[in-house]
Amino acid sequence: MSILGTRVVRTEDPKFLTTGGTYTDDLVEPALVGALHLTLVRSPAAHGRIVSVDVSDALAAPGVVAVVTAADLTELAPIPSGLPMFNPEMLRPWLASEVVRFVGEPIAAVLTEQRYQGEDAAELVAVDIESLPAVISLSDAASDTTVLFPAAGTNTVCTFGEPTPADFFDGCEVVVTQDTVNQRVAPVPLETRAASAVWGEDGRVTLWCSNQGAQQVKAQVSGWLGIDPETVHVKTPDVGGGFGAKIGADPEFALVAWLARHTGRAVRWAESRSENLTGLVHGRGQDQKVTIGGSRDGKVTAYALEILQDAGAYPRSGAVLPTLTMLMAPGVYAIDAVHASARSVVTNATSTAAYRGAGRPEATAAIERAMDVFAAEIGMDATEVRRINLLAPFDAPHANGTGATYDSGNYVGALDTLLAGADYAALRSEQAARRDREDVRQLGIGVSVYVEITGAAPSGTGEEAQVEVHADGTATVLTGTSPHGQGHGTAWAMLASDRLGIPMDKITVIHGDTDLVPSGGGTMASRSLQQGGAAVHQAAGELVELARKRAAEVLEANPDDIVVDAAFGGLKVAGTDVGVTYADLAAEDALLVRTTFTANAPTFPFGAHLAVVEVDTGTGKAVLQRVVTVDDAGRVLNPLLAEGQRHGGIAQGAAQALFEEVLYDADGNPLTSTLADYPIPSAAELPSFELLDMATETPMNPLGAKGIGESGTVGSTPAIQSAVIDAVSHLGVRHIDMPTTPEKVWLALQAAAGTAAREGAHA
Amino acid sequence: MDVTMTVNGVESTRDVEARTLLVHHLRENLDLRAANVGCDTSSCGACTVLLDGEAVKSCTVLAAQAAGSEVTTVEGLAAADGTMHPVQAAFRAEHGLQCGFCTPGMVMATVSLLRDNPSPTERQVREGLEGNLCRCTGYHNIVRAALAAAETQKPVSA
Repeated sequence: MSILGTRVVRTEDPKFLTTGGTYTDDLVEPALVGALHLTLVRSPAAHGRIVSVDVSDALAAPGVVAVVTAADLTELAPIPSGLPMFNPEMLRPWLASEVVRFVGEPIAAVLTEQRYQGEDAAELVAVDIESLPAVISLSDAASDTTVLFPAAGTNTVCTFGEPTPADFFDGCEVVVTQDTVNQRVAPVPLETRAASAVWGEDGRVTLWCSNQGAQQVKAQVSGWLGIDPETVHVKTPDVGGGFGAKIGADPEFALVAWLARHTGRAVRWAESRSENLTGLVHGRGQDQKVTIGGSRDGKVTAYALEILQDAGAYPRSGAVLPTLTMLMAPGVYAIDAVHASARSVVTNATSTAAYRGAGRPEATAAIERAMDVFAAEIGMDATEVRRINLLAPFDAPHANGTGATYDSGNYVGALDTLLAGADYAALRSEQAARRDREDVRQLGIGVSVYVEITGAAPSGTGEEAQVEVHADGTATVLTGTSPHGQGHGTAWAMLASDRLGIPMDKITVIHGDTDLVPSGGGTMASRSLQQGGAAVHQAAGELVELARKRAAEVLEANPDDIVVDAAFGGLKVAGTDVGVTYADLAAEDALLVRTTFTANAPTFPFGAHLAVVEVDTGTGKAVLQRVVTVDDAGRVLNPLLAEGQRHGGIAQGAAQALFEEVLYDADGNPLTSTLADYPIPSAAELPSFELLDMATETPMNPLGAKGIGESGTVGSTPAIQSAVIDAVSHLGVRHIDMPTTPEKVWLALQAAAGTAAREGAHA
Repeated sequence: MDVTMTVNGVESTRDVEARTLLVHHLRENLDLRAANVGCDTSSCGACTVLLDGEAVKSCTVLAAQAAGSEVTTVEGLAAADGTMHPVQAAFRAEHGLQCGFCTPGMVMATVSLLRDNPSPTERQVREGLEGNLCRCTGYHNIVRAALAAAETQKPVSA
């Protein structure tokens, strides 16, 4: 019986549970003994002109070996923004010397013998900054009243698509418009960023860092430093969470490598949580305007989405993520006319980049909100409006009208499974009863149906895998995908074991070392299983073919008669006891295969989520009571791991819907720069989740697998927001922006009561 | 200043700066790196250890304050023969960890929780672990692990 599809507990876990993982700041490598500690002096101002940076007191402080400023870094060109469509004048310096553009921007690097000395010395770097007006709101940024890069002449980084045509909604019986905010959130991996570097006598640098893909870091850091990529050896040890924010190198990594060369000493850096909340990229950050039109019987015929994207101070991938939002704009619905456009602008805030879902949750939030406001306008159950407009089940490619071609989907099936599993009718009855008795605690029910795109990035690249069986009968799998909690060690061993017939405990999975695994796309965009896993599956299959040929020669048999015999630990002539073990074959000659699997196209996992919240109408506080989900990611390799991914995603979606928002005051000072201010939920704020199963296989890879890492976030966020609004919709509330905090809910209730009173007075 | 404490049954004395936090003492002076530093504000609990049997956030305690105390970290939790503590075993069986960064602290907090309340309800587990943050699991399987460990640890009644 195949091990695939079974609940295999993780082989990684004993280490984490008994001695802890080895994260970058845990390394006790001999080469790092005596390493200098890096402490960065970061800007306290959001926008200002640097008048002076005086490091003399810091240089005299105990343990200080060097203090580096921009003047020392003139050999390095500014950090390129990376994408050709960006305004070319919006470049980031390694260390600011003329202008600072966000609180947390590095200004000086302090190197000390001991960790604590760094904090002391950094305090002594005197930075004089003349304030400039800060630009925080997206509408202010778009107005260009204050331009952050004068040479650019505008705050617009890039635009996508044309404005919505004036006649776009002509012929619609009903047209509804809603402005929504998909707020800026912080990824908050529990392990903050860390990096260490040391140059060897061979002229190569070893760089350890916390990241989702070592190979991309190698390419970027070598490019930034202007050195041969082969002189850079990147290792990503255990990584304490990424969620998209640890894709690609951060400038700090290259700085650590440069400082190690500059000082001739090993250098290590581990940022504080405050630095992480202001320096690590943020996610989301879209102001959206949705307009939806159709007929009074519930058919939606036109949908327009206009996006204003917050790129932060220096454009990174966040500026381009609206393209994914636009691509997925129509979601699961059959809508004749869909139009989407976007504009990305710089602000005096931390740069934005990928965060769990990266552009797709924003698309789902927009269309699902639009469906709700449309349903409210025509007085129809929001679930019924969805059902009327859902695409019919399909297993042949379906073009969605905005450039995406969905592989396979059964959205009606997902919705039906969800509503039956959650007992939707009973929930509506309970809601009606509470409304009838004017209970202070009202029930809200929210439903979302979603489709997302996975495996798309980095686009068009294959993923390599190497499988080798050794003379002791063990096997090694090399992969360019790079886990940070997803359990590739277990999953890839399952895939290899299934084909090789070698037990999992004899299979070692290696990742995150560019000398051992030179190529790879990393773990992001839910691509690992469908690309990296498929590559392992393919490599193991090719290795079995190689072994069969070699066994046939040894055994003087027809290769077609040779079969894998797991109990024997090798291959046998079918129906006989004549065989040769893997160990014996490997002892003769290397038993190794290296192969590339290239997916022709991304896949489109989908599902439906239902959330139940209880809202106290006296205080506005919403408490999440239930989350029920159908997340169809095709064929599932290990249900245990897939469920874990769903749980984590749901929690992050709930966090955006209910709690989390990165806030700045009008001067650009961060108000959420510690975990005491930035409210990631604890166990006490969340319920257990109810997961329903459904598996619609994809034809895009031999495993039939789609991605699962982001589904929870994509589906849960709009369902939970919708549930909060639904709880108070009978009191006249139609929309509340995320996060739906008690204050926002309470204000919405006050506003609705005020409107009702005014209308009553006029009646 | 010289600070002496017993960590996982082993007594050690080290010369430390007065301001040294217990978590840094454990990690850098004693090379016990399982307890992690995840925040600056005692919010995340990744550094949770037992101090004389009580769960504490070791970033909130000075090494000097722990002088003369017994400290247990996750490295000292398994039996001498390597058999995992029921809480460790339950975390593995229930997939109560992903990236593993919060795990040492979460395990120690759970051990402490179950010692104070051997038969908690789900709500009590959730509130009991409120001081330990996890960004990967959504807590679903952590809560299941704590409840499963409670079952395992229950004395068999006649």
